Amino acid sequence: MTEIHNGNGGLNGKGLALVPRSEAKQTLKDFKSDQEVRWCPGCGDYAILAAVQSFLPELGLKRENIVFVSGIGCSSRFPYYLNTYGIHSIHGRAPAIATGLAASRPDLSVWVITGDGDSLSIGGNHLIHALRRNVNLNILLFNNRIYGLTKGQYSPTSEVGKITKSTPMGSLDKPFNPISLALGSEASFVARTIDSDRKHLQGVLREATAHRGASLVEIYQNCNIFNDNAFEALKDPATRDDITVKLEHGQPIVFGTGDNEKAVRLSPTGGVEVVRRADIADSEILIHDAHNPDPSVAFALSRLDDPAFEHVPIGIFRSVDRPAYDQLLNEQVDTAIAAKGPGSLAGLLHSGDTWQIN
Amino acid sequence: MTKQVQQLDRVIIRFAGDSGDGMQLTGDRFTAETAQFGNDLSTLPNFPAEIRAPAGTLPGVSSFQLHFADHDILTPGDAPNVLVAMNPAALKANLSDLPRGADIIANTDEFTKRNLTKVGYDGNPLEDDSLAEWRLHAVPLTSLTVKALEGFDVSKKDAERAKNMFALGLLSWLYNRPTEGTLAFLEAKFAKKPEIAKANIAAFQAGWNYGETTESFSVSYEVKPARLKAGVYRNISGNLALAYGLVAASVQAKLPLFLGSYPITPASDILHELSRHKRFGVRTFQAEDEIAGVGAALGASFGGSLGVTTTSGPGVALKAETVGLAVATELPLVIVDVQRAGPSTGMPTKTEQTDLLMAMFGRNGESPVPVLAPATPADCFHMAVEAARIALKYRTPVMLLSDGYLANGSEPWRIPEVDELPDISVEFATEPNGEDGTTYLPFQRDPDTLARPWAVPGTAGLEHRIGGIEKADGSGNISYDPDNHDRMVHLRQAKIDGIDVPDLAVDDPDGDARVLVLGWGSTYGSIAAGVRRARAAGHKVAQAHLRHLNPLPANTGEVLRAYDKVLLPEINLGQLAMLLRARFLVDVISYNRVRGLPFKAEELAGVISDVIGDVIESD
Ligand code: SF4
Repeated sequence: MTEIHNGNGGLNGKGLALVPRSEAKQTLKDFKSDQEVRWCPGCGDYAILAAVQSFLPELGLKRENIVFVSGIGCSSRFPYYLNTYGIHSIHGRAPAIATGLAASRPDLSVWVITGDGDSLSIGGNHLIHALRRNVNLNILLFNNRIYGLTKGQYSPTSEVGKITKSTPMGSLDKPFNPISLALGSEASFVARTIDSDRKHLQGVLREATAHRGASLVEIYQNCNIFNDNAFEALKDPATRDDITVKLEHGQPIVFGTGDNEKAVRLSPTGGVEVVRRADIADSEILIHDAHNPDPSVAFALSRLDDPAFEHVPIGIFRSVDRPAYDQLLNEQVDTAIAAKGPGSLAGLLHSGDTWQIN
Repeated sequence: MTKQVQQLDRVIIRFAGDSGDGMQLTGDRFTAETAQFGNDLSTLPNFPAEIRAPAGTLPGVSSFQLHFADHDILTPGDAPNVLVAMNPAALKANLSDLPRGADIIANTDEFTKRNLTKVGYDGNPLEDDSLAEWRLHAVPLTSLTVKALEGFDVSKKDAERAKNMFALGLLSWLYNRPTEGTLAFLEAKFAKKPEIAKANIAAFQAGWNYGETTESFSVSYEVKPARLKAGVYRNISGNLALAYGLVAASVQAKLPLFLGSYPITPASDILHELSRHKRFGVRTFQAEDEIAGVGAALGASFGGSLGVTTTSGPGVALKAETVGLAVATELPLVIVDVQRAGPSTGMPTKTEQTDLLMAMFGRNGESPVPVLAPATPADCFHMAVEAARIALKYRTPVMLLSDGYLANGSEPWRIPEVDELPDISVEFATEPNGEDGTTYLPFQRDPDTLARPWAVPGTAGLEHRIGGIEKADGSGNISYDPDNHDRMVHLRQAKIDGIDVPDLAVDDPDGDARVLVLGWGSTYGSIAAGVRRARAAGHKVAQAHLRHLNPLPANTGEVLRAYDKVLLPEINLGQLAMLLRARFLVDVISYNRVRGLPFKAEELAGVISDVIGDVIESD
């Protein structure tokens, strides 16, 4: 039987240090459930599922200590297809439900699967608070910039002017930039990747799972039914290298090929700017520092994508060390027990003024 | 001079003043002294929702009523025998509740022209004849306090603020209360400010001495201790009892308690209290909103904790979707609704029983949920344990309906021995339950309780997925099969209908009453006191009180049909009456008043005798 302790000892571990490890070697097959996958053929979700299924054995965790929690939307079917514990919950609430689970069970690897509508519209409040609290969660935000399951209304990441069933004359509201939002929410780990680049996706997951606390991974995901080719510019060999800005910690931020090679430097207005590589000295090129305690430059980098798809940074924007919520919560329990011993129910009931009647 | 001491069997005192005058604290202290002395007692705090309403105004009046007696009592009392009025607003707001001949102790210092005009007095009621029908004791409480504190190292403001302790001292003398508890309390409360502690103690003693020497009070009173069942007692409010009940449930279930909650009046004190009990492994999580509070609690339940969320009506409205998810996933969860006056924001500090139908039905789909309601402040303890028992045994969300009156009201409570408490521990699933010996079927039910197995993450071989989508009976896989859905809807309902609930007990001393008074929740005290009065007036009347509202006790229909008339007082527009009529086709007579206050015993005694009169007349 699983022991659930009332007190949890000091939790100074990092990443998945508190999650029990599997003795047996695992393969992709161990993580496939017997359920038939029901996304539309060609949906980007398939690629992400395959990437996650083939990545999980690498972690070497006990399968029974992994939990996937999702909200509502196409992507939220994800937990059904993984042979781990899982909850397919209600719209927008996965971060809240996962918070209770992760806060009470530091021995679990808890994943949140959500979409742009689920996490940025109906569940926006829960997302920002889970990030600010630094709950020990891996949050995968599948961003397809559209509502899929409800058949094609614009989402909070759709571009202004999006023509959809609910916006025949074009959408009016400015979209969220999920990376900017996460950084503004005090997130300790923020990254972006793309469904079509398995290597990059798995690389980001590797870092996200090694991070103890909340990690937010935005995954550009193609919805081929309602918003096909939304990220085509990042996939088309003719354009991708000229607009994709791969962020790598400790490396100068340069991208593009040949005559088009570009670099990022600090701009005089306090942000960052893209310039022709040839026009500046090496010393001027911004070196990416994901561990910078100050999130300003990471935020500036997240704005490079405005206007959309002129240049799109992918990779890890920010990865800083900060105590996770469950750790702090359990430390308080441990401190209270260490100070006065475990609670006695009879003692509690008799606390304060009492009197005897004979 | 030794003054005469007069014996009384019961007294009702109301302390009233400005929100900033410390009336709740004064009332609490007097209550503690009275409990210590061994009287039975019942209290009713009544305060504005505003933290500090404008000083000296009617909306800013805060009061605390205490009823104590040498016998067992049931309510905070209908009408005070004594009103302590700290200012003109307190007098004006409370005078209409005061029967002729009652004592009024008024702080003359506050009856200034400006304060009188503020509440619409043309003249000074302490000086004209308008209070002639009451016994007025005009006492300059503020200036006497300031004078008593001359020579103490405190500011004038702090000296003035001690006037409530002067008043407490005076009342403590008047009713011969023990004082050690209050002195110790003041020492402890102001431990970091010894000068303030000394000043408050001096003010308290000055009040006592004033009573002893002034001619304004010629007699003092004594109310002998009550003869209660032997045991160790403490005074307890409903919110405190509920918090203790949740801790007890966690201990008796051997599961850690996880509370997800968002601050809301009048439930926040449960969150405050539980946050102090980390030594019991209690984890409290102040969420970003009501929805996250219940969501986190449900997530913790999935992980094997006792998940609880506490709120009031507006919060229950927001939590509805998550409660529905708990119904669908069949996970244990306790939802505490400390009901308050609605709709919408309503009157947050006032009591009501208006959330019963929301608790029963306020979700989409067929979504049955057990509903319980404590009858008295102390009963909140036992019903919290009972709510957890049902939630854990049947893997279901449970609604526990307290209310503002129970939450803040208090009464003496005989502290139970821990081994008197039920063992509510559960066993998690540890082995596959499929016929093949390897598969785990998360929705294969226990044939007796219809509860599904509870396998928590970390249990090897039982990995499974649950969620809000309809599941196939047994396997729990997603299913849109029409007959499966029909079966699951019926199974979920049958599980709740089959919960083991004790029979409804009827109090009918001679067994020949023809009228039954039925109640639920916090109206217990008022109804029982009304029944006592009716019986004292020679009427025959039976009483029964429901603490389980869903499912109802199995004998409910039989009890209802055994009487010519069933009277059901509710602080709503007849919500339980609607359920009983629909279910049992019994023409229940509703009595409904929704004033944000408990019923008065006399009011109910009148209604009872009217109904009995009708029965006799129709013979
Ligand atoms: S609607 Fe779009 S996102 Fe949803 S499954 Fe189909 S392709 Fe994927």
